[in-house]
Amino acid sequence: MRSRVLTRRDRIAVAAGRAAGWMSRVTGRGAGAHVSGRIMLKVQPDLLHDLAVGDRVTLISATNGKTTTTALLAAALEAAGRPVVTNHTGANLVAGVVAALAAPHPPSDAVLEVDERVLPLVVDPLDAQLLVLGNLSRDQLDRYGEVRSLADRWRAVVAAHPDIPIVANASDPHVAFAAGSDRTIWIDLGGGWRGDAATCPVCGRLLGWTDDPATGHDTYSCPCGFAEPAADVRLVGDVLHLGDRAVTIGLGLPGRWNVLNAALAITAAAELGVDPEVAATAASAVTTVSGRYATYRLADGRPARVLLAKNPAGWSEVLAWLNERDNGVVLAVNAHVADGRDTSWLWDAPFERLRGRTVAASGERSLDVAVRLDYDGVTCVVEPDPIAAAALVGGSEVDIVASYTQFTALTRRLR
Amino acid sequence: MTESTVRIGLVYPELLGTYGDRGNAVVLVDRCRRRGIAAELVEVAADEPLPDSLDLYLFGGGEDDPQSLASERMRASAASLTRAQASGAVVFAVCAGFQLIGVSYETGDGEMLDGLGLVDMRTVGAAPRLIGEVVVDPEPTTHLPPVTGFENHSGRTTLGAGVRPLGPVSVGGGNGVGGVDGVLDDRLVGTYLHGPVLPRNPALADFLLRWIVGAEALTPIDDHLTDALHRERLAAATATGWRARLRDLRTNRG
Repeated sequence: MRSRVLTRRDRIAVAAGRAAGWMSRVTGRGAGAHVSGRIMLKVQPDLLHDLAVGDRVTLISATNGKTTTTALLAAALEAAGRPVVTNHTGANLVAGVVAALAAPHPPSDAVLEVDERVLPLVVDPLDAQLLVLGNLSRDQLDRYGEVRSLADRWRAVVAAHPDIPIVANASDPHVAFAAGSDRTIWIDLGGGWRGDAATCPVCGRLLGWTDDPATGHDTYSCPCGFAEPAADVRLVGDVLHLGDRAVTIGLGLPGRWNVLNAALAITAAAELGVDPEVAATAASAVTTVSGRYATYRLADGRPARVLLAKNPAGWSEVLAWLNERDNGVVLAVNAHVADGRDTSWLWDAPFERLRGRTVAASGERSLDVAVRLDYDGVTCVVEPDPIAAAALVGGSEVDIVASYTQFTALTRRLR
Repeated sequence: MTESTVRIGLVYPELLGTYGDRGNAVVLVDRCRRRGIAAELVEVAADEPLPDSLDLYLFGGGEDDPQSLASERMRASAASLTRAQASGAVVFAVCAGFQLIGVSYETGDGEMLDGLGLVDMRTVGAAPRLIGEVVVDPEPTTHLPPVTGFENHSGRTTLGAGVRPLGPVSVGGGNGVGGVDGVLDDRLVGTYLHGPVLPRNPALADFLLRWIVGAEALTPIDDHLTDALHRERLAAATATGWRARLRDLRTNRG
């Protein structure tokens, strides 16, 4: 491996960016990574390439779960004794990646989550050595555009880099379409959100789905020949089957969706040479990811757990999990650019699962949430401030589900 | 007024349901039930022909590929829809669904899709995409308060001679042609507005239901939450509208 040699300009860029990041943190504007990276790139546009020289770069992208999958993979590599550099704060645009790599580090495994739209821009400059592709579903249509066009862009990246290995979720039709190649390691993660995959990504016909009651896994196929790829790795319940090895996934993180994230991370770790058992053990020790799932103490002494949900697929998973518990629930929704300005998606998530529970509608768009709940027969109180709302709901514990800007504000206020 | 159950049809939700369109159907059904009127939500799956027995046909928004497939399917069973309309069925069409009830839709790539031709109007895809809060002031004959919603589309829809819009837009783009949004006809409303639009605008929901159950059946119901949401969205959109207008003034000044 070459080790990196930074030019004078690189070093000036890094220093200027650090100063900006520090300013951002001390003035309470943010975690600093994004601002810091933006300044660095202004001063030195080639910085991305220069900073990654000597690192083995793995890029993780998905609509949902990329931050957690990244954290679990980083934990696995660290447990195997590898030096790791990662953008653990969830800053996943080019600037966030730059900020993470700017930290002084020996030649390392760079484990980087990247935004779905950013993936095509960074594969070349970072000289990526592995792509981990999770899922694609509808998210913030007002700025991300449609799922299909994202899948097209991913597919172009895969086609243009026949030398980069890929770990991909076979159960997601858009990912299967994007990552189709003979070098792809396919994981069967079972069913999942299919609300955004009605039509075949290849020919546009209606995709046929069949459920296998024996395994509980759904598969899809189309008359044109497009079908779910044969899996190399399978998740059955909580057991991940990698050839003749079976690894049980037992997590400190809540929810079925995190088992799927862990399955991706463990498979990616195996591809990078880490024993799956070591990776699974490392994953089980992770209990919070950049503020997600962290538990705080409310003023009345009750614990409150904060979850981030950004789109119908994510909310659907979270609602299923809330349904298994008997806690007070606060739903805190904003509609800023980072949340998606269009709140229509509220009507695509199954809120009826909260019937009979004690629920508060909260956030700047608390009325949209309240009207949504009302039409679904869920009784709620309306309180725009989620911490005040948490005090109003019953239960010995409270789960606060928040959209992006609500989530970041909450983790700052509660810590 | 029908004595039997009001049947609200959600057409091809897998294809035309990208923007919470189910919400419009849920609201229509629920507003009947709250008044003691029996109502049911009938989902028409994309592999089924359109039935002719529904009281209201709801066509929602969708991405390009699904929209193209939906257009094909709908035209194949257009005769059912014609029969239903002849016996008084209502059509409510949003965004992609609105484009599909017209004569044609030309995508940004120049692909030409035939519509159902229920309305003399043509849509062409063009940049820039119109995204943001919208306020429409419906035609005075409707006696409707301003309608608020969120638009996200690249359509430019030109209405044929004598075809009435839902109304002029005071904030946002709407049809993108002539400063208006949507279309209004007897027992037919089309609009570009999501939100979804009916939860945000209970009066518009009742306007559609009146055609099915009659005005007398639409007794007052508790709308304090939906009214509060309507007021809040109207105020927010109007504020956005003023900010945009001031920015335009500044730009024009150079």
